[in-house]
Amino acid sequence: MRFAVVQFGGSNCDRDTYHVLADVCGVDTDLVWYKDGLARPYDAVVLPGGFSYGDYLRAGAIAARTPIMAELIRHAKSGGLVLGICNGAQIGSEAGLVPGTFTLNAYPKFISRHVHLRVENATSPFTAFYREGEVIRVPIAHKEGRYVAPGEVLARLNREGRVAFRFCDEQGNVTPESNPNGSAENITGVLSEAGNVLAMMPHPERASESALGSEDGVKIFNSMMAYIEEHGRRRAMH
Amino acid sequence: MKYNVTITIGLKEGMLNPEARAIQHALANLGFPTEDLSTARLFRITLDAPHAAAAKREAGQMCERLLANPVIHHYTIEVE
Repeated sequence: MRFAVVQFGGSNCDRDTYHVLADVCGVDTDLVWYKDGLARPYDAVVLPGGFSYGDYLRAGAIAARTPIMAELIRHAKSGGLVLGICNGAQIGSEAGLVPGTFTLNAYPKFISRHVHLRVENATSPFTAFYREGEVIRVPIAHKEGRYVAPGEVLARLNREGRVAFRFCDEQGNVTPESNPNGSAENITGVLSEAGNVLAMMPHPERASESALGSEDGVKIFNSMMAYIEEHGRRRAMH
Repeated sequence: MKYNVTITIGLKEGMLNPEARAIQHALANLGFPTEDLSTARLFRITLDAPHAAAAKREAGQMCERLLANPVIHHYTIEVE
């Protein structure tokens, strides 16, 4: 089993994510510079947080159109797992891996703090280690994280169980007050149609060790590893 | 032939524009109450094309493939 963490110019959560995968979860992981492409097969590819291309144009817009993303889209189409975290989520939505977009927060400032999330789908490859309705505590750190999608897309996401996480209060109530950035229906984790891509604004890699105040995020990586183990390794073909 | 193309990209009608709201608020604080305020992004591009329609078509493709996000944006293109 092998994971890749893609580094773009301006990625800054790449090494944190690598550390959690390699040292906390113990999975073979490569840091892959985007210009080098996916040179070997991977079971899962993580797009980490940061400010690729300085957030020029729109957060994630330019990274989403680099050649490695064509390889990543092929990887996803062949069933490989893709996890986009924060800037990685913005890149994933800009690349069309998930519908909708993450744009400027309703109150247009950078927010960096822990929030509560309700796990809405506990059967995806990323969330199987949670219980449906479980409340987890994970940090966010973004200025462009407000999820926007047309009404029919939101309806479809709800119908198909493709909302992975919503912002909520400590008790799990999904309220306007617990929505830090004005996301549509408090949505902050979206699954692709086939369920093998997850784009999420919160940072699970920053909540994967007790020393950091929360271990709630590590279950995402552990869920991915269990899924790959169970379903056989779906290597990206090039 | 060289064409100067101006692309203006704004948010679709009804989209929340926090930037515009903050600017409108700041203007009001300075004694400039406004009924409405929106922001847009303008790109000035010079390119070679066989004719104006081709330049416009190319600019449209630029918008579709990179400059605009169809989920939230609309755009206009002027060719000189």
